[in-house]
Amino acid sequence: MTATADEPVEIDVAASSAAAVKKVGLFGRLARNQSVAIGAVLVGLMILIGLLAPLLGATDPTAISPAARNLKPGVERNIFTPAGEQVTRTFWMGSDSLGRDIYSRVLYGARISLIIGVTVAALSVAIGLVIGLIAGYIRWTDGPIMRVMDGMMAIPGILLAIGLVSVWGAGLVTVIFAIVVPDIPRVVRLVRSVVLSIREEPYVEAAISVGTPVPLIMFRHILPNTIAPLIVQGTFICASAMLVEATLSFLGIGIPPDVPTWGNIMSEGRSYFRIHPHMILFPGIFLAVTVLAVNMLGDGLRDTLDPRLSKRI
Amino acid sequence: MLATIPVLGMVAIFVFLMLRLTPGDPAAVIAGDNANAEQVAQIRAKLGLDEPLVSQFVIWITKMVQGDFGESFFFKKTVAELISQRIEPTLSLALCTLVLAVAIAVPLGVLAAHRHGSWIDRFVMGFSVFGFSIPVFVVGYLLIYVFAIELGLVPVQGYSRIAGGFGSFIERLILPSITLAVIYIALIARITRASVIEILGEDYIRTARAKGLSNRVVLMRHALRNAAVPIITVIGIGIALLIGGVVVTESVYNIPGLGRLVVDAVLARDYPVIQVVILMFSFVYVLINLVIDLAYSFFDPRIRY
Repeated sequence: MTATADEPVEIDVAASSAAAVKKVGLFGRLARNQSVAIGAVLVGLMILIGLLAPLLGATDPTAISPAARNLKPGVERNIFTPAGEQVTRTFWMGSDSLGRDIYSRVLYGARISLIIGVTVAALSVAIGLVIGLIAGYIRWTDGPIMRVMDGMMAIPGILLAIGLVSVWGAGLVTVIFAIVVPDIPRVVRLVRSVVLSIREEPYVEAAISVGTPVPLIMFRHILPNTIAPLIVQGTFICASAMLVEATLSFLGIGIPPDVPTWGNIMSEGRSYFRIHPHMILFPGIFLAVTVLAVNMLGDGLRDTLDPRLSKRI
Repeated sequence: MLATIPVLGMVAIFVFLMLRLTPGDPAAVIAGDNANAEQVAQIRAKLGLDEPLVSQFVIWITKMVQGDFGESFFFKKTVAELISQRIEPTLSLALCTLVLAVAIAVPLGVLAAHRHGSWIDRFVMGFSVFGFSIPVFVVGYLLIYVFAIELGLVPVQGYSRIAGGFGSFIERLILPSITLAVIYIALIARITRASVIEILGEDYIRTARAKGLSNRVVLMRHALRNAAVPIITVIGIGIALLIGGVVVTESVYNIPGLGRLVVDAVLARDYPVIQVVILMFSFVYVLINLVIDLAYSFFDPRIRY
């Protein structure tokens, strides 16, 4: 009795929620998700800070002032500009051992971190997508490709990146590729699993039966199904890439030390940490907030775009 | 299980190729910047660098299997000697972290699942997102600043061997372990929560409650036991995070372990050391996960091999 009494109610709920989803639309759903909203606002803020650094009072992040070394946050000093004029400047976040303004370095550091996060995410998704489509759709390539990917995944990511940086040498491009390589197998696995399930769908079978060429099937019928999970995965890769870059730079084996990245600022602050903890604190807070924002964005995107995945994790 | 062998083989090939496929003479690279022509020629002969790539790999892997890991030209020692000196700190740090993380994360995850939607659930979820976002070294320096410098409860940095007394050993190990445990706790607590929540919706949990079992028995015996497989799986996968974290934590706390060794080796361009340490960590990672796969049937007797 209870079962028959419950049934119509359940159908009503399902129908009305489906209608609600349709009415609100994708962007509406995204904006309603708290995690997406907070993450997007914070990421947007960081992008603005990076772009507008010169307008926010940041000066040349590499300018050295011997007279203003190791200052505490908020101290004012008279320094000489490269043009030779004497100006009074407030060091909001103090200065490092070469007298460089940490506030300016942190603001410009946002640019490098965001560039690295986005580039690594885009590259590893693009490379992983191509390999994953091939492995998933062209049967005989599947075994060999996946064995190679298993091998790559067996090397802990940071170690693989460290190994690659050690042979390629330190630099922006080498660091980016060293972070991309360990991320590729994860994307390949994801894409392959989507392809394997989609290729059994009737519409793909139909496309094959009317003689659609393989590249067209992949591009038109299979590729669109990978986009939602890839956006989610790409967001998480972006967050972890920023952390790995900071870690490599912090260890002194990443981006060359003259480039103002958050990792480099903290690396320089290591020796002065006991007296000047702010040298690690400020860039650390910026890095953590940015990564947190991107992770929240990823969590929210996963819940909205890919409910299947959110159930699994 | 047998799939482990090709994986180990692939890892060996990657680590081997990492050096051979770089431009320049590998012998000169391995010998380092201060080597003379004679040393370089010696290395070339020893590694068989004039032979085709495949036989080079055979020579290299044969030596590895025999325990001949080569020599570090920077530390002026054999790599085997270096590693045996550095293994204790790393192992202590990793084990201490593992115990700490599991002991904190699993109860926390179960509690969050039990009180699904409450403040403790929100706290656990918040902590796990936070734990994934804050770099290990920032956590490390924050803890050093608060507990070692400001409060003076523990020594600032360094490592004390277990042979030198258990008290000072633990005293110096506790802060690094907490540092490293943060991200691991985040990972394990999150998975524990998710899998326990799923299990709590099962019929047999309702049955268990209906027959009047206490919350503790329901959670620990019925829910946690059935949620164990995903939890131990993620503990195994998390070993990769742990290894990455060891490298950073040892540098922050000045612990003379394998992680510190690999960083020093990269700075000194000491390739034989880098290769062997990466190889070793990867093998340990793969083998631990193999053991975990084998342990599934212990936690879930339905799984058989």
